[in-house]
Order: sequence, then structure tokens, then C-alpha cells
Amino acid sequence: MDCKEEIDLSAPGPSVIERYFTRWYKADVKGQACEDHCILQHSNRLCVLTLAETHPILQDGRTIKNINYKISNGCSRLNNKVAGKSKRGGQFLTEFAPVCRITCTDETEYTIYSCMRGRLLEVNEDILINTSLLLKKPSTDGYIAVILPKFEESKLVGENLLSREDFEAVVSKRAPPRVKS
Amino acid sequence: MLPLKEKDKPVVQKLLSSGCCARCVLRFCCVLVQSLYRQPGEDESEEGTRTATEQSDDPPKKRMKLDDGLKGSEASAGSGDAEAPPAPALSHCVVCLGVLQEYCSRDHARKVAEAVKTEDYHFETILLSVSLPAQLCVREHSCWLHVKKEMREKVMTRVKDDIVPLKEAFKWSVQGLIATELGGVYLGDEPCSLQLFDFVSILWHYVCSCSDVFLLVHNVEIVSYCPPHGFRHYPTPPGRPTSICTSQAIQCLHTSIYVAGRYNKYSRSLSQTPWIIDGRRMMESSVEELIAEPLASSFRSKGFNFSSSGREDVDVRTLGKGRPFAMEMLNPHRYRFTKMEMKKIQETINTSSDKIAVRDLQIVTRECMGHMKEGEEEKTKSYTALVWTQKPIEKDDIIFLDDIKELTLDQKTPLRVLHRRALAVRQRVIHSMNASFRDPHHFYLRLKTQAGTYIKEFVHGDFGRTKPNLCQLLKMDTDILELDVEVGNCGTSYFQKGNPGKSTGSMTRIVQLGLDFSGDFPRLDVENVIFFFSFQKTRLKQYT
Repeated sequence: MDCKEEIDLSAPGPSVIERYFTRWYKADVKGQACEDHCILQHSNRLCVLTLAETHPILQDGRTIKNINYKISNGCSRLNNKVAGKSKRGGQFLTEFAPVCRITCTDETEYTIYSCMRGRLLEVNEDILINTSLLLKKPSTDGYIAVILPKFEESKLVGENLLSREDFEAVVSKRAPPRVKS
Repeated sequence: MLPLKEKDKPVVQKLLSSGCCARCVLRFCCVLVQSLYRQPGEDESEEGTRTATEQSDDPPKKRMKLDDGLKGSEASAGSGDAEAPPAPALSHCVVCLGVLQEYCSRDHARKVAEAVKTEDYHFETILLSVSLPAQLCVREHSCWLHVKKEMREKVMTRVKDDIVPLKEAFKWSVQGLIATELGGVYLGDEPCSLQLFDFVSILWHYVCSCSDVFLLVHNVEIVSYCPPHGFRHYPTPPGRPTSICTSQAIQCLHTSIYVAGRYNKYSRSLSQTPWIIDGRRMMESSVEELIAEPLASSFRSKGFNFSSSGREDVDVRTLGKGRPFAMEMLNPHRYRFTKMEMKKIQETINTSSDKIAVRDLQIVTRECMGHMKEGEEEKTKSYTALVWTQKPIEKDDIIFLDDIKELTLDQKTPLRVLHRRALAVRQRVIHSMNASFRDPHHFYLRLKTQAGTYIKEFVHGDFGRTKPNLCQLLKMDTDILELDVEVGNCGTSYFQKGNPGKSTGSMTRIVQLGLDFSGDFPRLDVENVIFFFSFQKTRLKQYT
């Protein structure tokens, strides 16, 4: 390929997430210690809900027994259907709306919350089949959901969330984890 | 041959006494002989009739024709006023408010011609349009009711629709004069699409500042449906106006010219259309602006519409034969260009910027713009991607990619476009691939795919929403660093004249001369023919 501008290939460039997304964090969601969530906001305002790398599910070699998108008798996130360009029909989420419940093989249960206001576009059904995606690639293939904030609120997504630096500061202040016996 | 008949006489008398001008009388009598509306010769006395104080006559020659018809009725009329209606009524016709009087003179034709000449258009044919104040149709309706009312028993075998429309009469009166002044040919009817190529349309706007008329309606149609008793708020016949119509503006508009060609994009930071967010320009220039500038200055046109057969991302180069595009140049002052001149413009575009290049630039018909979008789904695209791998690779690790044929992908709408596209799963086929090793973390991947395939998402997986993807195939993380596209072969195509969808007599077959080059394209000077695009009957939705 004859490029007029030669690209510098000596060092790996920014990844897809680094090129297009801003990371926002919510620590200790609902007061639960270390249940940290990460929202990846694309430059086009779409958000991807993921687990932060510090989340307990991803620690201590846990394996997942079950992921349930049915959060109540009347509501299953799997029933979410959006239509058209304006994504009509998607379930509207507020910050503390539960998105799914994850049960691990050691019987610990965790609820994943939306952490932002917006319309639910899709939930990741691949992790229902292949739970290891969530454990191995929580920030990409193992994402939880895609949420579209309202146009007017798109810049406010990060207002109540922590930037990466602030989040790392919070994490570093935490007590070191108790050593498992 | 006398256009006016015996039975018209009472009508004529009625109209003249109400204050109609001669031409309006002819209109109400449904006289279709165009030459009668034109002034027979230079008539300077016409100017004199404007002042109401003078004892003035209708344009004498016109009157003579009317007089012939009225001769019989003069004697029987008794009042004897048919010869010389009261002077004030002559100067302002109550129906046309002077439009068919003063404005049908040679002087005004000259004024219009001057206005066109100052704009310096090149043209061969002219279309004259007039926009008149709405109150004229109210006045006409009122006059018609007046005549109908009085003549109920005798006459009206005619309906209102038979009355010659004011605009028609005006055009008949004036078109010849304007055409002579400008030296162009007048187009009588709405021209067919073939002739739309090269005419100037002159729009003549009139306003009226009459204060004694209030507008009942805004819409001409409502007046014609209005039953007579509903018209009671307006006098019949219409009242004498205190002022006449004035000519407000004369606007000239040339039909659009269509230019087409193929473009290559060599820059990785050039958008196809101007990229403006919140009024702020995000990127200097764009493909369409770079192509349009030299065209606009040669054609002397102020606006354009750009259309291309698909588009590419800002950071993707377009190589190979180039992407077909068509440009509509709005209101050009010049439209005739020889092949040499078009080549010169093409050279200008190519030397003006190293970011794009244009070829096969030519003038085409309007149907082109529609054809641009057709057949997009049927095309094959060739891409070259520079891929980064997370783990180090060796030459043998990527050989297997060459053997993968007709790989079907399920692509969910990529996140980067999901904000403006519907959420859906699209099946797209990668016909073949070819990998060339570069270094342990990079290789080039050439792909031939179905149109509408998202290559970037195939390479990095888009959060696993494109399946299968290159990460899964190579069993490691991959990312795309660069992408180039070559718009593929599209086969011979047919240029259809006339309406697509209708069977036409003549189809011009256009064949591309020139050779098939892969790799760097040479600047071909294709003399006879032009470009390809697939001609498909169904229009399919366009995917990026």
C-alpha cells in the first residue's frame, strides 16, 4: 500500500475503546462494596454497560452459573424490542434500574444496574450461551447492554459518574482485599 | 375573419361599460387567436392612455377590430357610448389592473430583455412565467358573475373555464416581443424533459397596492368553487381600482445542468460532504466542495447538489477506477461546453488538490441522478485493510485466510452508526480474502465483499456483534489501522432517455473504452464513453 503519510507501526496504537469511547465508572453501586460498573460512552452518545475490572464477579476465579435478564414477573430485558431509526419501544431505564441478575457457582448473587438514564437498545444474549465471554472480556465481547441516552441528556451521562482517574483514586483508597483462607 | 360574433356583442358592451380593457374583453369572449392579443405595431399612443385626465382611446388598432364587431350593435345600443367609454375607465382595467395594457408594450418587453441580458446567460429557449396578485382572480370571477348575471337568458353556453386565462393572454401578448429582443426561441408549452437542458425561465412578479380590494381568499381554486351567492361581499362588477399593478421583480432561472464522473479520494482526513456540527466546521473542505468549486466557476452557477453511488468513511481512501458521482449545477449561466473544455475543467480539479482526482467528467441528462443510487446492492467491493494483531504472528498463521470463500457474516448494526440507523442484523458475504504478511503484528488483508459489508467491524468484532469476525478466526484480538476501497466492476450499462419505467424507442448503449487496471489507475482520456454503473430496476436501500 503506497501511503502518502506513513503510519507509525512501531508501537501499538490506541484500541477501539480508546479511539471512540470515554470510560465512566460507578463505584460501589447501591452501596454494595466493590460492585463497580463501567459505562463506555461512544462519541456518538451511545453507551455500553459493562462490569468494571474490579467487580467481584471477575475476582477470585469465579465461574458463572446463571445470568437472568428477567428482573421481575412483569419485566424481562430479553423482551426489549426497538424499532426504527428512533428506536421506539425500548424499555426506559433510570440509574438504579436492574438490568440482569448474575448467580455464580459459589452461590453469590449480583444485580447489575443501569447506572444511567436512557433507552435500552439491546442486551447481550451471547453471554447467556457463553458465560466465559463475560469473565474473559468484560469490556468488549462480554458487555451487558447498549443504552441510548436522550439527546438532551447525552452530555450529562458522566455527571454523576467517575472519570477513569477519579475511579482509580477511589479504588486505591480501598482496603486491601482479605486474603482467602 | 372576425373573432367576435353577434352573440358576443352584448357581452362586449357589458364588459366595456364595466371598465374592462380590450384584451380582457377578448379573453372573456374566449378568443383564441393569439395574434389578436399582440399589438400590431409600435403604438406610442398607448403611453398616452395612462394618464386618466386625457380624453383617451383604447389602442386604436385594437379598437378597430372591436369596432368592426361592434358596428352592428352600436346603432342598436342606443346609448352610443361604445365608441368612447369614460376616460378614467380606460386607463385601469378593472380585471387585469393594467397587466394586459401597459405591460404588453414593446418598452416593457425591452425592460425584461435588459434584465436578462445583464445576467449574461447563455441560452437558446425561453419560458416566461408570470406571478400575479391574487386579487386579479377575484376581480375576474366578479366580472364573470356580472356578465353571467345580466346575460342569463341569452348566452352563457360557455363556462368560466373557457375564458382565456389572464396569464395565457399575457404571454401571447408579450412573448413574441421578448423573444425578439433576446433573440431566443419561445417555448410555448411546458417543455419535455429532453428540452429542459437549456432554457432560461423568466419569472415576472407583479404586486398590487390597491387598497380598495380586500382579499377574500388566498387560493385561486376557492374562488372558482365559490357559489355566486357566497360572493356577495365583493361588488360585481369589480370596483374601479385606484392604482394598477406594478412590476415588482424580474427573475431569471436557468435549468440545471448535470455533470457526472468518477472520483478517487487519496486523503484519510477528508469527508465526502462538509462536516459541520453546531455551525462549526470540523474539517476543512470535502470531496463535493473540491469537485464543485471549479465546476461552479466555469458554469457560473451558485449552487449544486452532489450525489454519488455510495460513500466511504472519512479515513478511508478510494482507489481503483473511482466512485461514480453526479453533480447538479443550479442556475448555470453557461451550459455549452465542448469535450476539450470539460477535459480542461477536469484538469483544473485534479491539479487544485492532491486529495482527490476526477475522471471521465462529462455533461449528462437528469436521469443520471436517479441512476446513481440504483444497483448499489448488487455491486462487489474490493477493500484493503491494514490489520494489527495482539499476539505475534508468522506468515503461515494467516495463509488459511486465503482459502475462505463465501463467508456469510451476521452483522448487527455497528455501534458507531447505531445512533442514526435502525437496530438490525444484516447478512453479508465475504467472497474471498487474501492476506500478506508485513511484520509479527501487522498484515494486509485484501477482501472482496458484498456491498454494504462493514469491514472495520469484521476486523475488530464490534463487541462481538459481528459474527464471525477476524478475532474469532485468528483466535486473538485484532484491530484495523487503515482501510482502502476500490469501487468494483459494474458491467456495461444503458442510458435510457425519457422516463425510466416506460418503454422507449431509442436506448443508447454506452460501452466503456479502456482497459482493466488493478492497482494504480492511469489517467485515461476516454473519448467516446463514459462510465458504468449497474442498471437495476429495483431501487434498494443504501448501506454505508
